[in-house]
Parts: sequence; structure tokens; C-alpha cells
Amino acid sequence: MDTLAAPLTIAFDYTRSLGPVLGRFMAGLRDHRVLGSRTADGRVHVPPLEFDPDTLAPLTDLVEVSPTGTVVTWAWVDQPLEGQPLDHPFAWALIRLDGADTPMLHAVDTGTEDKIKIGLRVRIRWSPSPTGHIRDIACFEPGTAPERTGHEIGDAVTIMTTPIRLHYTHTTSVEEDRYLRALAEGRIVGQRCPACCKVYVPPRVCPADGVAPGEVVEVTDKGTVTTFCVVNVPFAGQRLTPPYVVAQVLLDGADIPIPHLILGVPSDQVRMGLRVSAVWRDRADWSTTPENIDHFEPNGEPDAPYESYAEHQ
Amino acid sequence: MRRAAVLGTGQTDHRTRRTDVSMAGLCREAIDRALLDAGTDWSQIDAVVLGKAPDLFEGVMMPELALAQSLGAAGKPLLRVHTAGSVGGATAIVATSLIRAGVHRRVLAVAFEKQSESNAMWALSIQPPFTAPITAGAGGYFAPHIRSYIRRSGAPPHIGALVAVKDRRNGALNPHTHLRQPDITLESVQASPMLWDPIRFDETCPSSDGACAVVIGDAAAVSAASREVAWIKATSMRTEPTFYAGKDHVNPRAGADAAAALWASAGIKDPLREIDVAELYVPFSWFEPMWLENVGFIGQGQGWKLVENGDTRIGGVLPVNPSGGVLCSNPIGASGLLRFAESAMQVMGRAGEHQVPDAATALGHAYGGGSQFFSMWVVGRTP
Repeated sequence: MDTLAAPLTIAFDYTRSLGPVLGRFMAGLRDHRVLGSRTADGRVHVPPLEFDPDTLAPLTDLVEVSPTGTVVTWAWVDQPLEGQPLDHPFAWALIRLDGADTPMLHAVDTGTEDKIKIGLRVRIRWSPSPTGHIRDIACFEPGTAPERTGHEIGDAVTIMTTPIRLHYTHTTSVEEDRYLRALAEGRIVGQRCPACCKVYVPPRVCPADGVAPGEVVEVTDKGTVTTFCVVNVPFAGQRLTPPYVVAQVLLDGADIPIPHLILGVPSDQVRMGLRVSAVWRDRADWSTTPENIDHFEPNGEPDAPYESYAEHQ
Repeated sequence: MRRAAVLGTGQTDHRTRRTDVSMAGLCREAIDRALLDAGTDWSQIDAVVLGKAPDLFEGVMMPELALAQSLGAAGKPLLRVHTAGSVGGATAIVATSLIRAGVHRRVLAVAFEKQSESNAMWALSIQPPFTAPITAGAGGYFAPHIRSYIRRSGAPPHIGALVAVKDRRNGALNPHTHLRQPDITLESVQASPMLWDPIRFDETCPSSDGACAVVIGDAAAVSAASREVAWIKATSMRTEPTFYAGKDHVNPRAGADAAAALWASAGIKDPLREIDVAELYVPFSWFEPMWLENVGFIGQGQGWKLVENGDTRIGGVLPVNPSGGVLCSNPIGASGLLRFAESAMQVMGRAGEHQVPDAATALGHAYGGGSQFFSMWVVGRTP
């Protein structure tokens, strides 16, 4: 049986502080000029190194090289992936620019594989709207660049934004799958560790004993607030509007609490030991998700004694 | 086992955003200062150990690949260490182990975080499918455990604020500190917004860019050194799951076990009397009394009394975080190494304005994850 699976995308626009060397390199690209750094042994590195690989001294001597170079070696890409420089077949190549002693990796757009070869002369194809970013080099193409008409290089770039997108398929374990399918029926199931006999909700390989869970145990949708915090602060990634109470709720029959929201009571009346019950969403909206439980709210039972939950905070 | 000592330390000027340097430049600011402090040069470094917290913070997977050359690791062994927030401590301990095992003479340990490249709160709040959107942020994770501590110990509510005042005032004595608040008061802390009840804004660590480096050497390297060193008397690391039934988040077993092993290894019977200064990993002020108990300076439920008595101030029985600690500067991956380096600076007599007089024996401490990883060392003026 296949367990439940769903996509997960993690994305952030990272902000790269470039420092003095890479900041000038990016400024050069913005102005269609390529800078390398000269090391103590006289070699010119493109892209520039920040520190000399032999002396480890900071490198400050930036020299201009040509936007034309030679393919040193290459590999053909039949099916480009998201985020690569070109969306049609191209060659990844190491290209040594004229005036540089080290090759740089980039894409060469030759259209077909038979056109790329070692020794091919290629030039930078500039992005139509340069911003002082490594992507100002759109790719390389066969040919040589015309005589440079570039102007003076402007101020160094301080920050370069680098969007990153990671796509995953999140596949549930057998235990998580069982738990989610029960939730879709309005039931909460845990499983007992055969070694320590503790009931885990959601069920999982016992983190203390490292063994697969055994007996399936149905627990109630009532429990005790063991401890909590009142969230008053907005933060990136947040999906609720503050203020709200996030509590550790120890369900009756479970040996480890689950975090959940406590609503239906002013936050200053939430307390350790408070007895609460799950408030389920409309049955018509249930699916294989813990979100079937919207929140917990006080159920009017007397507070649980501290000793009953002291070891489950 | 061979003896090891800290020959020198270096750290960056920690800020919210160090947009003037790349990650390599940030690390080198700390490294170059450490080499200078140790009186060594690159030719004497045999290996490099690099630590930082989750790669998602900067979005550079395995940054050691791109950084290796700038960190002087070309032609030398390079090890990457990761144990979440405790990684700086673990990095120092890995470097120490390489010396103690007799593998190398001098090892460079460096740790960094460039939090401004993304947003750590976002990175720590990734929501996988099939989970409920019950995110509370980093403070929201620890706030319930602080509430449990208060309930269990009967600590009065102003203890957290007292720690914040002490650490921020200490931090104003430290030239590298991110937050500098010499005029902070108990009243101003208590008037600051309640972020994650019971944690107030002023009781919370900042988000920093920064790095720290230490050079660790063997006895021969110490003989060749011209300045005081910090002898590493003992190290200890322990791990436990983030969650398990019965986990004690207030007094985590891994922390208590690591400390017990540390004291035994260092031959310390009465830590409160024998340790002159402690750099504890305190990202939220209430963790000072919690960790004072967890590492065994005082009995369960009593840590807050040391705070209330002023015993953890500079000049007190056990000064804690004279550097200002994590509450003043928090480049996460480097924060643990900063604790270790600051403890060494104290016994080397090189802590400047925040020097604890006559500090001869010091504790460096770090923890990470959901109180999952613990690392500690004891350093002393003599072996």
C-alpha cells in the first residue's frame, strides 16, 4: 500500500553580502565588463577569488579580462532543469576568458550538440537588463565580442538577491499514514512502544528506544494543557495572526503532548492543568490532516493535578 | 591522551547585518584575529574545523566546499561540524580531539552564521505537509519550558529581567557585542513587549551576523607560544532526542549527563566553588537559572536564587556571561564557539573590560536544537 504523499516547496530570496571583491565583480558585469583577481603568483582568476590560495592574503588587485574566451571542456544537457540559464538544450562548459588563467563554468548556447567542441571561441551573451548580478551573464554563445565599448565601472554592488526554490515530495511513514487516515474518520490513534510501553501520538519509531511502534491505541480528543505560551509576535512563515495561545496538550491515553491552539477562552485564563477538548471542523471538510481539529477549548472539567502531567511538559 | 590548549581566539564585530563582507570575509575577520592573538601564521595550521548551524539559514548547501580555500584549508584536512546551535562548542571539541589524539600540532576551529542572508525564524518554521499550522517561532518553542521552570521552581517573575539587565550591561563592556545597552534597567526590561509570554522582547537574543575562531595546540605549540594559553582540562558532549515521552525540557538529561562527565573528567568536585567564571548558552534570559541547575552549580529549583542575589554578576560568586552572552550577540553557528572562546579569554587574562579578576578556571557551554545537543569544556590557566 502506498502511504500518503504530498509536495513540499521551500523557497526564499536569499540576500548575498558580496564583500569588496565580488561586489566589484558584479558591478563590472552590470557594465558589461569582466574582472578577475590577480594572485601573488601572477595568475588571474575569473570569477575573482577573495583570498590568495597560496599566501591567503586578501586580494585587492582586480584586472579586466575579455568577454570572449575558449571552451576548455563541456557536457551536453538535453533536458534543462528549473533555474538553469537556458530552457532549451545547451552545453555546460568550462570557458577560459582571454586574459584569465582559470576557466569559469557557464552555459553555452550552440543550439545543437554537434556545434560545441573543445577550443570553440565563445563570447558572453549579456542579459538585456543588467542589475549587477551573476545572471547579467545570460550565457555564452559562439563568436567573439566586438571591441569593448564599456564605460567606467560604477559603485560596487553590496547585496545580490539569490532566489532559491527546493521541491520535495514528502512521503509519510506507515505509522503517520495510519494516524492521518484515522483523523479523516474523526479518530485519533497512537501506538505503544513495545520497549518502554509509552503511547506516542502521532505514532512514530520510539525516539528513546529506537524500535518500531507496536499496539495501535485509540486515544480521546480530550486532554490537559501541560504548559503553553502566548504568541504575541509576528514572524516570517507564521500562518496565524497573533495573539494566540500554543499549548502542549496531553491527550488522555497518550504519554507525550501535542502542540495545539487553545481558543474559546481569553489567553490570560489559559493555565497549566486546564482541561480541554478538541473542536473539530465540519465533518464535510475532513481529510487526512491534523487540521481536521481546528483548535482545543476548555471543557469545564476541574483542572488536572500538577502531578498528573508534571512529566509530560 | 595529550594535553591541548587554546593558543588564541578571535571574533568579528557582530551586527544585525554585516553587508560589508561575504561569508568568507566574515570568517576571515575572526580567523585573522585569532591567528594574531595566537602568535601563529597559516604555515603552522595543520587542519581546519568549520562549524555552522543549518545550511538553510544562508541557503548555501555544504558551504565548506566554497569556503575551503578562503579558510586556508587547501592542502590540509577540513572537517565540517553541525550540531544545530551547539555547533560552535562541538567544533571546538572536535579540534581539541584532533590535538589530544596526537594527530595534529595546531588546529584552527572556526564557526559562523550570516543570519542576514535569510531569516532564521522562517528557516526554523518550515511546515511539512500533513502537519497542523501550529508554528510559534523560536521563542515559542522555548517559552512553554520556561513556564514549566517557573512553575516547578517557584521563581519570582522578575528573574528573567534581572538576567537580561546583567547580560546587556556586561555586553556594553565588550567591544565586539551586537547589542550595547549600558543604560538598561529592570524597569525598562519589564516594560518591553511580551513576545512569547512569558518571554519579553528584552529577554530575547538578537539575530546577528558574526564568526568566531580559536587556535588550539598541543604542549609543544604551547612551549613555542609567547603569551598565556588556556589549557583545556576537560570536554564533554551528550545528545538526546528532541522529543520523547517523559523528556524533561527544563532539566534535559543530556545536559546533566554531559556536565557530570565534564566535572568528573576535570576533577571538579564543587563547581560553584571551583569555577571562577561561566559562559553559558542563554538565548532567552530564563535559561540562565535553568542551566545553572542543569549543569550542577546548584540544586534543582535553586538557580534563580543565585541570579536574585547578584551572584552571577561580574564580582559575584560565579560571574555568568561577562561577555554579554547570546543575549547580546547571536550569530547562531558561532554562538557556541563564542562561549568557548570567551571562557578561554578569561583564563588567559585577555577579556579586556569584561575580564573577571583572577579567573583561573572557566566553563564554556553550548546547547542546540530542541535542547538536544550539549557541548561543554573547562579551561584553566594551568594544565
